[in-house]
Amino acid sequence: MKLLPANTCCEAMPLSRRGLLGAGLSFFAWTYMPRIASAAGARDPRFLTIILRGALDGLSALAPVGDPDYLALREGLALARSGENAGIMIDDFFALHPSMPNFARLYAAKQALVVHAAASPYRERSHFDGQDVLESGLPGVGKIESGWLNRAIQALPKGEKVQTHGALGVGAVTPLVLRGQAPVMGWAPQRLADTNDDLARRVMDLYTHTDPVLAKALQSGLMADMLARGSEPDTRGGGNPAMMARAASGAARLMMKEEGPRVAVLSFDGWDTHANQGGVKGRLADLLGGLDGAFATFEREFGASWKETTILVVTEFGRTAKVNGTEGSDHGTATVAMLAGGAVRGGRVIADWPGLKAAQLHEARDLRATTDLRAVMKGILAEQFGLSAAVLADQVFPNSASLKPMAGLIT
Amino acid sequence: MAGSDELYRLGIQRFGFGGKADTRARFAARVRDALIAEIDPKAALLGDTRLPDTARSIQIVTEIQERQREARARKRQLAQAEAKAAPAGGAMQINDMAAAPGTMDAGKPAGAPVRPPEDPDAIRIRDLLLDDVEARLRHAVATDLGFAERWVAFWSNHFCVALRRGQIMQGVAGVYEREAIRAHAFGRFADMLVAVETHPAMLHYLDQRQSIGPNSPAGRRRSKGLNENLAREILELHTLGVGGGYSQQDVTSFARALTGWSISNFEEMIDGYGGFFFAPNRHEPGPQVVLGKSYGDTGKGQGLAILGDLARHPSTARFVAGKVARHFVSDTPPAPLVARLEQDFRKSGGDLASLARALLTAPESWQGPATKLRTPYEFIVASLRATETPVDRVPRFLNALNLMGQPLWNPEGPNGHSDTVETIASPKAIKTRLEFALQVARPAAGKIDPRERAEALYGDALSTETRTAIARAETRPQGLALLLMSPEFQRR
Repeated sequence: MKLLPANTCCEAMPLSRRGLLGAGLSFFAWTYMPRIASAAGARDPRFLTIILRGALDGLSALAPVGDPDYLALREGLALARSGENAGIMIDDFFALHPSMPNFARLYAAKQALVVHAAASPYRERSHFDGQDVLESGLPGVGKIESGWLNRAIQALPKGEKVQTHGALGVGAVTPLVLRGQAPVMGWAPQRLADTNDDLARRVMDLYTHTDPVLAKALQSGLMADMLARGSEPDTRGGGNPAMMARAASGAARLMMKEEGPRVAVLSFDGWDTHANQGGVKGRLADLLGGLDGAFATFEREFGASWKETTILVVTEFGRTAKVNGTEGSDHGTATVAMLAGGAVRGGRVIADWPGLKAAQLHEARDLRATTDLRAVMKGILAEQFGLSAAVLADQVFPNSASLKPMAGLIT
Repeated sequence: MAGSDELYRLGIQRFGFGGKADTRARFAARVRDALIAEIDPKAALLGDTRLPDTARSIQIVTEIQERQREARARKRQLAQAEAKAAPAGGAMQINDMAAAPGTMDAGKPAGAPVRPPEDPDAIRIRDLLLDDVEARLRHAVATDLGFAERWVAFWSNHFCVALRRGQIMQGVAGVYEREAIRAHAFGRFADMLVAVETHPAMLHYLDQRQSIGPNSPAGRRRSKGLNENLAREILELHTLGVGGGYSQQDVTSFARALTGWSISNFEEMIDGYGGFFFAPNRHEPGPQVVLGKSYGDTGKGQGLAILGDLARHPSTARFVAGKVARHFVSDTPPAPLVARLEQDFRKSGGDLASLARALLTAPESWQGPATKLRTPYEFIVASLRATETPVDRVPRFLNALNLMGQPLWNPEGPNGHSDTVETIASPKAIKTRLEFALQVARPAAGKIDPRERAEALYGDALSTETRTAIARAETRPQGLALLLMSPEFQRR
């Protein structure tokens, strides 16, 4: 990796290999030229990371309907090429979940892609630890007080808008991925506290087994609340598409302000679909619909800035390949990462498909990971922000020198 | 030892405000002794010298109320004057003024709604209350185990007053607890009783300052007369208890003896601000017979003599013993425990430190299972302690208490907040606990691993179900909220 010599307007600015080799790929030129021409620059990229907490089932989000073992494993959750359980066939092998029409449209416009059979380096099955590894950028579980995205921002040349404007953490508390020395601001959509049906379900489960008096009281309280709201409580648990929409539009507006943040992290909860996950309709379908709506919201709110935008969607791990005994799936390993935005070189699925036969599964139960998520994150940071592989391997994702940034994700 | 974590959990939640991150490590082996060590008069004091005393509090409130009255009167006069002076085109004048350049509002966009500033005096009275609440919460969170604070809360509820009785109560509810309850929490019951019944907060709350002896000079001039409220509640709720052996005649006689007990400068404008004030011209003359004993007319001393005998009465010992046992140990406490406490109260002459020691050393106090629920206040304090949540934004905590049905210092009746499982575990209250738990957990979970915290708080006392539920939680905030909602955390 070479560094551009310090010039009159900027400090030393590491530039990605792709940027320097851009001569051969002329359409990269407009991306990088303006930034080199002027630090005050016309270029003003935006980068969002959406963390799906609870572990998204990648085999439902982007179903490998072309895999001969898929249907038998997924039973009632399976998507099909056609018919009433049809997904959206985005190539010959994969069907996108039908509750994601916006993502399908972006995919067709080459502004969205999916990395399949991807996972962080974490191989156990605790949500907390899995999220920690995903966000810390470490090779495994360990105590660390900062996240890879914050360290990436710190590593940017001084004075970059991305750095000076601070990064936005949506939610009551800064997520680990954004914690660190680079400035961070927080914002939360109001009424966030109301959306805890999943917690209520889990507490009910606990009380049912341990404390009938509290179980009865809480059950009645939730019923009364439901009557007052005039809506069914989501007893299947988890997530809230309406909250996703509020969070997305709020974040988008902040990011479109002249002095607003250029990097943001959102967390969507509720993906821990142990029971009644649903197929083309149901709990997971609702959640994916909410996520899909967030893509549309960002596209709309960003306007002309959409072409410089990258949205990365990641989750702590995947779910079991086989359906469990309660029409859901349990904690697994590999899953999907999604990229969307005008800056994404989309229209493709990136997958070294490991197969679904028992011998091909991780521990005979989970989709095996063939892509390390850190390579995807590195690829985006390298190409969108020009961070060098050395900086990425050393500061941003410690001890990852052998893991190359995935090239060609960003236009 | 397998049982010791369970014993610790019982002790810290039954008699304290629950553990912080390091409490189990520090105190598990000697939780009983550590609780007993908090039987210390100094531990029951807030120690915040910036808080005003009763006289100062009442002065602040009465001065503010005076200003508010004057302001209202001025406004009325002004409105009347304008109504007379305004010609037909009065609206024009207002528009002209609004458009005048150089005013403070000139920079504001046209048409922006102008919200009248909140009355600074109303804020000041509310601040009197909030300062006291904040000091109380900070103390409850800071203390090691919290037995002294729990003891204070028990007596404060036993001798409750209520904010709902007007603006003045916002000014004195906090100082009432400090001066009448805390100062005597580990002293003599008789002294606490006198401090309570002579405090302006109680005299106002139970209408005593309106009570006039029918044959007193003031009573003969006016048609107003006796108000039995304070006398009745002292007998029924503060000392003997219902069925404690008093009659309606005793209530009336006691009420006559109490006539003249009032508050200085509340309406009299004499004798300084805000103390107990005895008004001889309202006092019913002559002796009064209460519970078969005749008390000569010694003015203020007549009521005090009756209070002294009530404090010593066997029914009071029984009533207090039962209430202490029901509050701390069980809705249906073991009879030997009640007997033990009753005997201690009688033998010690109502020494509350001795009573507290009897409670903490009784074997029945350390028997499970933990069948009671933490009160809303206990739950909130315990949540803050367990999660290192800072005590700021006090109105948020007050609001949570309201929603859980037990507004601080504001029970519906003079019998105070109930502490039975049946009343505490109302559907709305438990659902509010869930919301509060998540509100606390969200910001706290950034620094806390719920699995580690559950272990730190409870060790072996953690059930498999709770341990599993926390470990399986989707996010850290959810895991921490589950810990706060677990039966281990809720029950005591």
